[in-house]
Amino acid sequence: MNRLIFLLLWLPLAAFASESAHLDDAPVDVYDQASLQRGAKLYVDYCQGCHSLKYVRYSRLAKDIGMAETEVMSQFQHGVGNSGDTMRTAMTDDNGIAWFGVAPPDLTLTVRARGADWVYTYLRSFYLDPAKPTGVNNLLFKDVAMPNVMGELQGQQERVADAHGGYSLKLVEKGRLDANKFDQAVGDLTNFLAYVAEPAQLDRSHYGKFVLLFLIILLVVLYKLKKEYWRDIH
Amino acid sequence: MVKYLVALLGWVDERFPVSKVWNEHLAKYYAPKNFNFWYFFGSLAMLVLVLQLLTGLWLTMHYKPDATLAFDSVEYIMRDVNWGWLIRYLHSTGASAFFIVVYMHMFRGMMYGSYKKPREVIWLLGMAMFLALMGEAFMGYLLPWGQMSYWGAQVIISLFGAIPWVGEALAQWIRGDYLISDATLNRFFAFHVMLIPLILVVLVYVHIVALHHVGSNNPDGIEIKKHKNADGVPVDGIPFHPYYTVKDLVGVAVFALVFAWVVFYAPEMNGLFLEYANFIPANPIATPEHIAPVWYFTPFYSILRAVPNKLGGVIAMFSAIILLFLLPWLDRCRTRSIRYRSPFYKIGLGIFTVSFLGLGYLGTQPVTPAATLLAQLFSLVYFVFFLAMPVYSRWDQGQPVPERLTPNIPILERPGLPWCVLRWLVDKIQAHPQYQKLMPVVTARAEDVYNKLPPFIKVQVERFCK
Repeated sequence: MNRLIFLLLWLPLAAFASESAHLDDAPVDVYDQASLQRGAKLYVDYCQGCHSLKYVRYSRLAKDIGMAETEVMSQFQHGVGNSGDTMRTAMTDDNGIAWFGVAPPDLTLTVRARGADWVYTYLRSFYLDPAKPTGVNNLLFKDVAMPNVMGELQGQQERVADAHGGYSLKLVEKGRLDANKFDQAVGDLTNFLAYVAEPAQLDRSHYGKFVLLFLIILLVVLYKLKKEYWRDIH
Repeated sequence: MVKYLVALLGWVDERFPVSKVWNEHLAKYYAPKNFNFWYFFGSLAMLVLVLQLLTGLWLTMHYKPDATLAFDSVEYIMRDVNWGWLIRYLHSTGASAFFIVVYMHMFRGMMYGSYKKPREVIWLLGMAMFLALMGEAFMGYLLPWGQMSYWGAQVIISLFGAIPWVGEALAQWIRGDYLISDATLNRFFAFHVMLIPLILVVLVYVHIVALHHVGSNNPDGIEIKKHKNADGVPVDGIPFHPYYTVKDLVGVAVFALVFAWVVFYAPEMNGLFLEYANFIPANPIATPEHIAPVWYFTPFYSILRAVPNKLGGVIAMFSAIILLFLLPWLDRCRTRSIRYRSPFYKIGLGIFTVSFLGLGYLGTQPVTPAATLLAQLFSLVYFVFFLAMPVYSRWDQGQPVPERLTPNIPILERPGLPWCVLRWLVDKIQAHPQYQKLMPVVTARAEDVYNKLPPFIKVQVERFCK
């Protein structure tokens, strides 16, 4: 009997024990405005050249990450354009196809589609691969067309086969940041993308507690009302 | 003032039966007095319907049913429309809540035999609503125009292609194109916001008219109309208003609490209520790795996948739903409530429930040989439960049924297997060292908080606890 129970419990688990890539935990905290500001700057410097955030307005961004609109416009846009604009890129889809073979996707919703851990792991998983036109490949996203744009910060990694038949990455060329500092930078960038994917999450958690508190009080009142009415029902 | 209001009521009553309707359906509609937890879900279903109609109306004001604009307009609602995110999350969470509530409501009907004579028509109307709701949810899911919207619709519509001879033409006629496209989006939008909501509202109305004509069933499954007092009022009945209106309001508050928690803190519900892949715009040339419908369709989707042949799978899936329609005639047992039916049926319904939940879980997972085998086993249970019912339910004439309603027994004293298991589990948890270590800490903390409360609140809490 015990064996049968064990089998019944084990079978569904065994059925779904699928091989999936290991993802590192992204340090996401969308209330950390300093981190969001650092992440936004990194995005503008390293990503926006190719990837748009077409649903994000500079004005809303400024408000949510705690910067003045003028500050955002001068730092991120060199004072060009209107704060009501969305974060477009200068690169067209045709440029992207001509230069990389694909149009770089818009990244507004990447964290919602793939998860923050995926983005955090992906950005730290580039390694040297002379067979690729960009000179790099990615352990998480095989044969990705994107070059290792943050290579100057991270340095370059090489792929090393480990004992379990998988691969790990080893730093072979130093960058401007040491490993800890680089992880922090990518963490800030991921945090920024996590905010960008759903700005409403700031509103949600702000209003949520008042709504729940109100409903708890309402529940108590309605429960007492019910008790009062039902006193004579046996 | 009151005099004028009474006069106004009289004036209206001469022209429209306001008081008559109020009395027939609320103030003098006598419902059994022993409704339990399972009886909250009818009124909750109505509440969710109203919520969906209202939030849907406001979404329609900003949404663009156009393949090139739809995805962007949803993000526009989420970011630029004032409170748009709230309206959208209320609507998306409402869709899942609707199915939870409706599945509970249907399960209630199955437990207490609410589909049996003379309530067959109520069951049929309810099933028609379930079908309409599935259509409504399916078409609504295409509207955000994400990858899952697109490929989910692609998979389901292509099922019609499995019908011999006319299949391909039929699928094309539904899509209005050779593939899911702007034409499909536009017609789904029209059905989703206009025709099906209208059908649902009409069916709800007819469902309630039928219910109030024959009267409500109850957990004991006996007719309260058999025992009436001198005024012709059932002795075990109580007026729906105010008794059940105030009781249902408590249910509404509990539901709203859980619902609000999801809306404000977990609107994606880990990818169950909003699928992750649906945050990528629809792309007709890139199929997602793993296409899964939203959780409420997964039991039937699992049955579809369990059959190796495509046409066979389609037939199995649709017959799984048709069998539910036939339930009043498949069940030959005269006893309504599970309370007085044989242990055989109780266990049968239990296994059926486990299978249904199992099918639901499997439908969200990628196909593996072991998962398929499990899905086939559960599908077999599903069909055997219904198809063998005319045979096994004929033998099952249950135990003697009481004449009058029985009082509700506290959970700790209830006889029967599920309650034994529950008590056993509670005992196990309480005996666990972790529980014994944690509990004193939790109570001490709670007392701490309580002691810090202002005295006037403490008085209220003490009165409430009494």
